[in-house]
Amino acid sequence: MSKLGLPPVITRAPSRLRRGPRNAEQMFPGSSGKSRFGNLFGKMPWLTKLCFLWLILVVLAAALADLIPGLADPNYQGFVFGDGKTNEGPTASHWLGTDNVSRDILARLIYGARVSLIFAFSLAAIGIIVGGTLGSIAGYFRGLLETFLMALVDTWLSFPALIGLVFITTMLGMRNLVVLVLVGAVFIWPSYTRIARATALSVSGQAFVTAARAIGTSRKRILVREIFPNVLPALLAYSLVGLPILIILESTLSFLGLGVEIPTASWGGMINQARQDLLINIWPAVWPAVTLFMTVYSFNNLADWVRTQAAARSAAI
Amino acid sequence: MSKMLAIRLMRLVVTVIVVSFVTFVGTNVLPGDPVNALIPIDAQQDREFVEQIREEWGLNDPMVVRYGRWLGDAVQGDLGRSLVTGQPVTDEITHRLPITFELMAVAVGFSLLIAVPLGAFTGYREGRRSDRLISGLAQAGLSLPVFVTGLILIYVFALRLHWFPAVGWNRLSDGLGPNLKSVALPALSLAITEIAVYTRVLRSDMIATLKENYILSARAKGLTDRFILFRHGLRPSLLTLVTVVGLNIGFLIGGSLVIEYLFAIPGLGKRLFSAIQQRDFMMVQAITVLITVFYVIVNTATDLVYMVVDPRIRRTN
Repeated sequence: MSKLGLPPVITRAPSRLRRGPRNAEQMFPGSSGKSRFGNLFGKMPWLTKLCFLWLILVVLAAALADLIPGLADPNYQGFVFGDGKTNEGPTASHWLGTDNVSRDILARLIYGARVSLIFAFSLAAIGIIVGGTLGSIAGYFRGLLETFLMALVDTWLSFPALIGLVFITTMLGMRNLVVLVLVGAVFIWPSYTRIARATALSVSGQAFVTAARAIGTSRKRILVREIFPNVLPALLAYSLVGLPILIILESTLSFLGLGVEIPTASWGGMINQARQDLLINIWPAVWPAVTLFMTVYSFNNLADWVRTQAAARSAAI
Repeated sequence: MSKMLAIRLMRLVVTVIVVSFVTFVGTNVLPGDPVNALIPIDAQQDREFVEQIREEWGLNDPMVVRYGRWLGDAVQGDLGRSLVTGQPVTDEITHRLPITFELMAVAVGFSLLIAVPLGAFTGYREGRRSDRLISGLAQAGLSLPVFVTGLILIYVFALRLHWFPAVGWNRLSDGLGPNLKSVALPALSLAITEIAVYTRVLRSDMIATLKENYILSARAKGLTDRFILFRHGLRPSLLTLVTVVGLNIGFLIGGSLVIEYLFAIPGLGKRLFSAIQQRDFMMVQAITVLITVFYVIVNTATDLVYMVVDPRIRRTN
């Protein structure tokens, strides 16, 4: 509540006015005759469209894995029970064949996607929340806190994350997805904090922050209502670039045998297991490698496209 | 400039102390007793013997005392003895360091050799078919995890074509030919990602540089395109590349850990990996600190090179 006794709604301009129109659809509603999403998808080049569709497919498959009819149990070893073969080629019941202990490769790919995506998305979310909060506070409040926090961030970032991850995960012994995400969180927050602080610094100098202060808005309220919402887009853009890196990180850990514990399916773990038998049967390594590559590539391609769109828009303004 | 250098060096020392302390605390707080690494399992039942060993290695002293002792020895070049082999840690590190160093140096050198012409060329041909092709390939290269690249190279060039050894290492003292043969595939696996990163960075800087007025005037003078590109365009475009090469050392360290694991190369990364698994805390501590020192020095050097290349930064600082 402001000192002038104005109702809180006045302390903040309507978001439309504050941010300005984002595209023709917002400036002249209904002019394009398409929804905003349809517009965006239609504007993508064909390759980006494919990437986008692939990512939707991967996310859906990972989310709905338990509901897919006829999908095999990812840990079921048919040959143990006499109804399956190891290193089988594609068949009607195993579309991508089986691995060297006769588990269904397709099922393992789909459940492996779950591990990769949960790891990547939760870490991005943790980065945005923790880094965004700390960075916004540092960038807006400044002072000793900022100096201390940024020194901490600099020190933290001067340590190669993969070494630290390998170190902690080996020491812990117990490794489920929750533990892995928590360990990852230890290394994810500094980079987000750094970006949030830089953005908060530039946002703090904007006229609407001065205006909010002029009408007596409290510093805490400015932080929550003005700074953080304007830091968020930068963090979202950064997390889109970071997602493929996180997916690679998870698969690398699994490849080193330090990801989720076996027999839980993960793409890196599948590749690690299959690499002993490359000359006997290469397919159990090929499928996860191709899936991993396509997913990471799709995220990269989409992130690049979003970046060029954003650059084009800011150039147009 | 000298004040800047002093601040940098102080930060370097602080970072190294903080990281070594955190690693020290980490090895002590996380589960796993160093005594288990020192003596065989049946001897661990003998309480008196365990106590004697603890006393002998100074494991009963408070953590801060032990850290102080370690730091005091470390600055004199004594990194303690390995808990597993009993050998001086310093000896083992100096024995393995050249291997990892050669791997990384060859990877960076090779990447720059390929990436600088590629980046300059794609920047010059921005938007043309050749640029789109190479930039697309770079995006794909960026999406390949190091271990996947390594596996593909092993499969094609070692297992199928038998041109290079799949695993192992020949030292330089075994002759240049065998040494180069064993470094080729590992370094190339690391280089693929690096080439992609460097090419993209140089390309975008080159595009910006080529829009400058002095390029136009050089063109008006009738200089050839190649001359303009490499004599007028390249140097101002190298700024970001220099930074990225420095920053990517972190990626390279993590990558060489994975590559040394995959190719069974007896370098520092592989030793760190096995030391963590054996709970050989002295070794872990020493290698981690060494890596951090290296990383921080490279980052500091990067900033200094940056100032040499661009006089404008020298002035503002």
